[in-house]
Amino acid sequence: MFTKYIFFFLSTVALYSAIMVLLSRKPIHSVLYLTLTFFAIAGHYILLNAQFLAVVHVIVYAGAIMVLFLFTVMLLNLNKEEVSPKPVWIKIVAIIAGCLLMIVLIGIFRGYDIAIEKDPALTQIGLVKNLGQVLYKQYLLPFELASILFLTAMVGAVLLGKKEQI
Amino acid sequence: MTSNIYDNFVASLTQSIHEWLYHVMPPTWALISEMTIIGLVFLLFYALVGLFLVYAERKVCAFMQNRVGPNRVGPYGIFQTIADFIKLLMKELITIKNSDKLLFNIAPFIVIIASFMAIAAIPFAKGLHAIDFDIGILYVIAVSSLGVVGILLAGWSSNNKYSLIGAMRSGAQIISYELSVGMSLLTIIILAGTMQFSEIVQGQEYGWFLFKGHIPAFIAFVVFLIASTAETNRGPFDLAEAESELTAGFHTEYSGIKFAFFFLAEYMNMFIVASIGATVFLGGWMPFMVHGWDGFNTVMNYIPPSIWYILKTGFIIWLMMWFKWTFPRLRIDQLLTLEWKYLLPINLFNILLMAFIVLMGWHF
Repeated sequence: MFTKYIFFFLSTVALYSAIMVLLSRKPIHSVLYLTLTFFAIAGHYILLNAQFLAVVHVIVYAGAIMVLFLFTVMLLNLNKEEVSPKPVWIKIVAIIAGCLLMIVLIGIFRGYDIAIEKDPALTQIGLVKNLGQVLYKQYLLPFELASILFLTAMVGAVLLGKKEQI
Repeated sequence: MTSNIYDNFVASLTQSIHEWLYHVMPPTWALISEMTIIGLVFLLFYALVGLFLVYAERKVCAFMQNRVGPNRVGPYGIFQTIADFIKLLMKELITIKNSDKLLFNIAPFIVIIASFMAIAAIPFAKGLHAIDFDIGILYVIAVSSLGVVGILLAGWSSNNKYSLIGAMRSGAQIISYELSVGMSLLTIIILAGTMQFSEIVQGQEYGWFLFKGHIPAFIAFVVFLIASTAETNRGPFDLAEAESELTAGFHTEYSGIKFAFFFLAEYMNMFIVASIGATVFLGGWMPFMVHGWDGFNTVMNYIPPSIWYILKTGFIIWLMMWFKWTFPRLRIDQLLTLEWKYLLPINLFNILLMAFIVLMGWHF
């Protein structure tokens, strides 16, 4: 009962701040609203008893990536309240691409019966021990591949940073 | 497992309050009022610890510099910080003309909230914690890294170049050093086999992890001390507020109670970091016990767990104050070199070493 209200509150916050990311004039406000969105989503994860996912979400997105965003916005001094006029064709392309994504999403979710947990607090899959078992046994190969991808990205970033010396 | 005479006290106290609340009101309201009580208790605790730490820092600083320190207000000057806070409360709140009003005003609260959230997971005695997460350590790492958002916003919205430089330095520093803090804690998680604070403390019943894990645990402890001092923006890593270069860094433009918030948050972050260090490396509230020495263990058990906790935390806080008043401040390039070229490789190697030792069973 109580969690229902929390769910609605979090959803409202998430939707509102997601819309405000697009609508606010100052880039730095957008970044902050995005942080708020991530927080609301982390709250949803906790409601689903997926604590590990929630915390990692906060560490990676709200902690690291958002701080980098803030850095970039501050360094480039994007404080001017001007919206650069975009060409019409970009707007049309953006609308078409958005609609296509919508169609794909509808197509995905129509095919499946989405299982609704009666009481998400009773599911144990989100706890760190179970998650570790699944990741390192059932999905070992994709997990390792993703790690290699991250390593490649890291090496690439260092290479780009050292461009002059090579 | 030896039973502690104080174990039942906390449990029965909280249990009786819990039952009484559920007895007099419907469950939803009881839950809400329990949350309110916990929040108020933590708020009071937060203020008290903040006041005490400011006083302690001034006394320790005075001791290091061969001075007397505050000694006018009350015996040994113990009411000095209270007087200071009353003064700060009564000061005018100046909002800068060309600042971003919204961000300027919420920045101190973000910093405070981030440190407030971290307290929730810390165990003060057996059963005396707000919430015992399955992933306690990760949770603390996550919320303690949020304070930097407030610092960056404070520096940026002040519309002052010194503040901005201070905020930038602070951001670069915290992003770098939270890696080392996380990794040094991970080293101990490998040894403990759990991330839950209560189980971590329970695992240190006979021998703290600092001794159980010997070499890698000791390396992790040293790295943790360095990195956590840096993460809390304290000297010798206080580049974000280097007085001689940046007037006061990111909080230059703040006045009155908002300045006090930043000030308080710095001390609370130090307290949180110290209590995590004490819990993970030094056994938290667990008394110092040796396996087999039953007489000795019984004596140690008579000292309440909260006293043990406060002593260990106080020891680490004292170490951090000692660092601040004896080391010269680093330059920003030295700071980043220290993290990325020394601490991080050492840490990665240390994790491997710890995993190897745990696999071979070479720990105590």
